[in-house]
Amino acid sequence: MSFWTRLKDGLGKSAAKLSTGITDLFTKRKLDAAALEEFEELLITADLSPRLAAKLTEKLRKTRFDTEVSDEEIKQFLAGELTTLLTPVATPLRLEAGLQIVLVVGVNGNGKTTSIGKLAHYYAGLGRSVGIAAGDTFRAAAVEQLAVWATRAKARFYPGDGTKDAASVAFQSAESAARDGVDLLFIDTAGRLHNKEHLVAELAKIRRVLLKSIPEAAIQTVLVLDATTGLTALSQVEVFKDAAQLTGLIVTKLDGTAKGGMVAALADAYGLPVHAVGVGEGIEDLQPFVAKDFAERLCSIDAE
Amino acid sequence: MFTSLSQKLTGVFDGLRRRGTLSDADVDTALREIRIALLEADVALPVLKEFIAKVREKASGAAIVKSIQPGQMVVKIVSDALVELLGAEAVPLNLAAQPPAVILMAGLQGSGKTTTSGKLAKYLTERQRKKVLLASLDIYRPAAQEQLRQVAAQIKVECLPIIAGEKPEAITRRALDTARLQAFDVLILDTAGRLHIDESLMAEIKAVHALSNPVETLLVADAMTGQDAVNVAKAFRDALPITGIVLTRMDSDARGGAALSMRQVTGAPIKFLGVSERPDGLEEFHPQRVADRILGMGDIVSLVEKAAANIDQAEAEKMAAKMQKGQFDLDDLLSQLRQMKKMGGISSMLSFLPGMSAMKDKIPGDAELQFKRQEAIILSMTPGERRNPKLLQASRKRRVAAGAGVDVPAVNRLLKQYEQMADMMKKFGKMSKKDLMRGGMKGLFGGQ
Repeated sequence: MSFWTRLKDGLGKSAAKLSTGITDLFTKRKLDAAALEEFEELLITADLSPRLAAKLTEKLRKTRFDTEVSDEEIKQFLAGELTTLLTPVATPLRLEAGLQIVLVVGVNGNGKTTSIGKLAHYYAGLGRSVGIAAGDTFRAAAVEQLAVWATRAKARFYPGDGTKDAASVAFQSAESAARDGVDLLFIDTAGRLHNKEHLVAELAKIRRVLLKSIPEAAIQTVLVLDATTGLTALSQVEVFKDAAQLTGLIVTKLDGTAKGGMVAALADAYGLPVHAVGVGEGIEDLQPFVAKDFAERLCSIDAE
Repeated sequence: MFTSLSQKLTGVFDGLRRRGTLSDADVDTALREIRIALLEADVALPVLKEFIAKVREKASGAAIVKSIQPGQMVVKIVSDALVELLGAEAVPLNLAAQPPAVILMAGLQGSGKTTTSGKLAKYLTERQRKKVLLASLDIYRPAAQEQLRQVAAQIKVECLPIIAGEKPEAITRRALDTARLQAFDVLILDTAGRLHIDESLMAEIKAVHALSNPVETLLVADAMTGQDAVNVAKAFRDALPITGIVLTRMDSDARGGAALSMRQVTGAPIKFLGVSERPDGLEEFHPQRVADRILGMGDIVSLVEKAAANIDQAEAEKMAAKMQKGQFDLDDLLSQLRQMKKMGGISSMLSFLPGMSAMKDKIPGDAELQFKRQEAIILSMTPGERRNPKLLQASRKRRVAAGAGVDVPAVNRLLKQYEQMADMMKKFGKMSKKDLMRGGMKGLFGGQ
């Protein structure tokens, strides 16, 4: 089963909702103010932010107000808009010669550890030498969890020496990884809420410490976001963007929920690269993000 | 990013107050603001629509026209309706069953089930003197069982020994047997996170439910959940007889609209809120507070409670006496700084104050750091200097600056700030109670 089939299955419910919603709304109907308002609401229930929903609705109003539209046209319009919005952000992780470090950060329970396991597996499959460092020194059994993923992904594992200092684990693992000839080192970090300043500041410290032995260009900081998150996703990105010098996003748990719209809301507000999306529990279920496919699946238009 | 609903409504109704009547159009405008505010708070649309209809019914009519401040009146109606929806009274945990009383924890991946299980075990052990057994049925996520074992060890609660390869239903049976044989009062079953559309896992938790016959089936949900909260709640409600909800990560900046959606869809009361990463970070649910938070009106009750828990009463009285006499030295400033720090710093306090949550963003990120620096500066002074800051001449300032690891201008800024506060205190001292009532803060700030 291909990834996009899975994504379609995963997004199935939401896509179906958005799609039947559009069909119900625009079966040979005049695009009047009431219809536009319902369209806007439909977008909001798909977790596009109120801001983006308003923007898209306004665009639709400008071009098509008071004309007769079909559901198909609306879907095409929406898919087109979303593709335009998402294409610039669909960029994979940067892979260059020498040791590259990916610092993985995010709020508790967003799927950082699992994403690292899947990413490690993905890049190991591409023939890269991958390492994983257990920088979550806070949560119970976080190291054990990551160790299992390292084995599954056939990645080198850097568990740290039992210290509670995440920056020290990061620094040591970077040094060891460089010695071991690792191309790509993922560093896990403890989950932290974005409104806990001292915890967010700790991320800046990890980065500072890494910079002692690693050039800035070789460090990427990736925020893992749970797709079921509401508008706080925006404030999460807002905070981590500056405090941790975010370079990109990974969006998890896109399977099974009405979500997907949040990806667009984030692209609209911040334009940060979306490196990968998670659509299931299996080790293969985290894959690079492809804008057009995503937008079309979300609006239930078959690409074939 | 959120503006308070009460501010917005006050704006909407400013014009009205002069007219004194409230037309349908006015109500519509107000309801539109309410709608936006609640959408921003992540209240799911279907739930919101029903809610708005209810508010419209209550808002249109004589009650508002008669009230002096229509804006405030509407806010009150909305707030009351929210509280009503959230459940006017807190419903305690039900443990009335032949021991062991089983509590089944269910929810999506990453919603905080394991952490909450630990918190709940600690709460029941310490507050209700129950003998609690924890058991993890999460055989899917790597090291999930190990995580619960470590959490249990940390809070000194028994945890069912892990047998590798055992299936959830078998673990449930073993946990029930162990709990019965060893006379545990409560058995908490932590389950694997599952997506609501995952049918096989949903079937599994149903089987576990049938087997363990829990008195409480708690849905653990993240307060930051967005529009999808409705779907999650529906799916779990359809699969399991949910008896209560635990909302986690209420210590985030989420407005918690998910609370409303979850409550509305499941019909089950919200029983607990998760408010920190610490094992004791579990609070009983208060509808009014959550309603205020959803409306962005701050949470004064929580602030007062926090203050009561953290402020040293004797210290505060000493300070009040000094203020009345118009005395205020650097030692007092120091103790004030420390009290503020104990309460979680300025940004934490602001988030509780009505209309101030927006201000929070305007506070520089290093505000807490400033506190620390100021503390260091005062601590670098001699006791004599702290009592009498006039002693601080250039060379002493240089010494203090070096001691605190700051530059001299930083010391000057602190002293300037101190002088302003001391001035204010003096005015306080001179004002009679009557003046204070009449002139209020205006008198203090030179009255414009």
